[in-house]
Amino acid sequence: MSKSGIFTSSLAKKYWMALTGLFLITFLVGHLLGNLQLITKTGEEGRRAFNEYAYFMGHNIFIKILAYLTYFSILAHACIGLYLAVQNKKARPKNYAYNKPGTNSSAASRYMAILGTILLIFIVTHMANFWWKQKITETVPLHYVENTTDMQIGQDPMTGAPVTRKITLQSALTTNGNYLEVAAKDVESGQSQELVKIKDTKLIDMNTNLHKAEGVRDLHTVVMNFFGHSEQGQPANEYALIAVILYVVSMFVLMFHLWHGFGSAFQSLGLNHRKYNGLIRFVGQAFAIVVPLAFAIIPVMIYLNR
Amino acid sequence: MASKTININLKIWRQKNANSKGSMETYKLDNVSTDSSFLEMLDQLNEQLVNERKEPIAFDHDCREGICGMCSLYINGEAHGPDRAVTTCQLHMRKFKDGETIYVEPWRAKAFPVIKDLVVDRSAFDRIQQAGGFVSVNTSGRTMDANAIPIGKAEADKAFEAATCIGCGACVASCKNASAMLFVSAKVSQLALLPQGQVEAQQRVLNMVKQMDEEGFGNCTNTGACAVECPKEISLENIARMNREYLKAMVAAE
Repeated sequence: MSKSGIFTSSLAKKYWMALTGLFLITFLVGHLLGNLQLITKTGEEGRRAFNEYAYFMGHNIFIKILAYLTYFSILAHACIGLYLAVQNKKARPKNYAYNKPGTNSSAASRYMAILGTILLIFIVTHMANFWWKQKITETVPLHYVENTTDMQIGQDPMTGAPVTRKITLQSALTTNGNYLEVAAKDVESGQSQELVKIKDTKLIDMNTNLHKAEGVRDLHTVVMNFFGHSEQGQPANEYALIAVILYVVSMFVLMFHLWHGFGSAFQSLGLNHRKYNGLIRFVGQAFAIVVPLAFAIIPVMIYLNR
Repeated sequence: MASKTININLKIWRQKNANSKGSMETYKLDNVSTDSSFLEMLDQLNEQLVNERKEPIAFDHDCREGICGMCSLYINGEAHGPDRAVTTCQLHMRKFKDGETIYVEPWRAKAFPVIKDLVVDRSAFDRIQQAGGFVSVNTSGRTMDANAIPIGKAEADKAFEAATCIGCGACVASCKNASAMLFVSAKVSQLALLPQGQVEAQQRVLNMVKQMDEEGFGNCTNTGACAVECPKEISLENIARMNREYLKAMVAAE
């Protein structure tokens, strides 16, 4: 066998498809658990939990390694898959005039390449909507909260009664879990004053120029707005309904892809035995239904609760 | 029971030789006994064609009892026709209705080029076998007794099940990728399951898969169509076994 056999032989390509596919299946579990926070937790607490989770996912070294493995798996799975699809087309240059493949195989198994291509398009748009903004262009704003309070600014010289004004304090959520006041605004006059200089996510002291804290990005609001839930004074995405529908459709595609892919990965790796075939089929088909369905529920719920 | 006869329409692939283009031609055949086999029906059609001074249809056949692996034919969208666990010679005309239109096509695969009409060149399978589908034994007159090594019944049965593959190519014909994995895996398994096959096991699987790839067969996507259409009901377990054998050999072979 040639040295490069681990990449070129038909069976080696199957191993790569299976291994990257199984890794992406485990990725789906983690991703789903993270996403579920969008509907299981509400209010400022939920927003904070999600954004702190997103920060953790972007900065933990162990998670970073997993992230790079995920990027690699998506690319490898897509590239090898498309290469295999082209090779397989070439293996039958002339098609049958009359063919009944439905009698011997499932539709999901026959359309894996098409389902996978749709999923690749979904992943690209999905990453452009969220991952790109969070990690590449870094245009996701910081996590701010606003509190309006009556602030004492002095005493009435005649009566000695306290003089108060309505002040809105804007605080940013920091990576150490505190809220740091970054700006104050007089509600009546509209005058505002910055208390902290902000550069990207860095919160810098006005006087000493010292780096005081690191802000947490507000991915939660970006997601909620994207799926039609107006938050933090940001207008909701006017195409939210289309986004929700396309997301749900993509999850149906994922369902069919997993329906065949889960068990297929085990077969490709040579794991086929009467003792546990039933278990693999059951777990695979349950996974194929439950996971995409749970993913799909999230944007639907966000949209319905807008 | 009195035999029934049916009248059928046939759409059959006609191709003069390997280099000509070929097309589906329509034929009408009356008074086909439902007790006749599919090949006997084709014999009857050829007789009719010869009487009309037309070129008879070329198709592969030999034993006509389902063990030689010569007959092929993609009938009504399925390899060896609509019946299960039979070769075309074992398919009977009682499976078809009176007045039915039956499509008959050759196996379609890059690795199985059409020679004439319904006959395809399956020598790619021979070359895969020659690449490793054997055990090397001394045949100089002191050949070891085949039963010298006792083998458990369960293992022997499994090896035998794999060995029932007749190499007809229905797996390739049915597979949407024209993949030969079921054939190759059966041939790998029948030897890998036995102690006599262990000596050359690693090189065997590497060489046979290499030859399979070179012949231009597609890749397996585990649709399972091959095992459903296989006249000998070769199981997908064999493909998994080949995957294991290859994985072992890939990382461990010298």
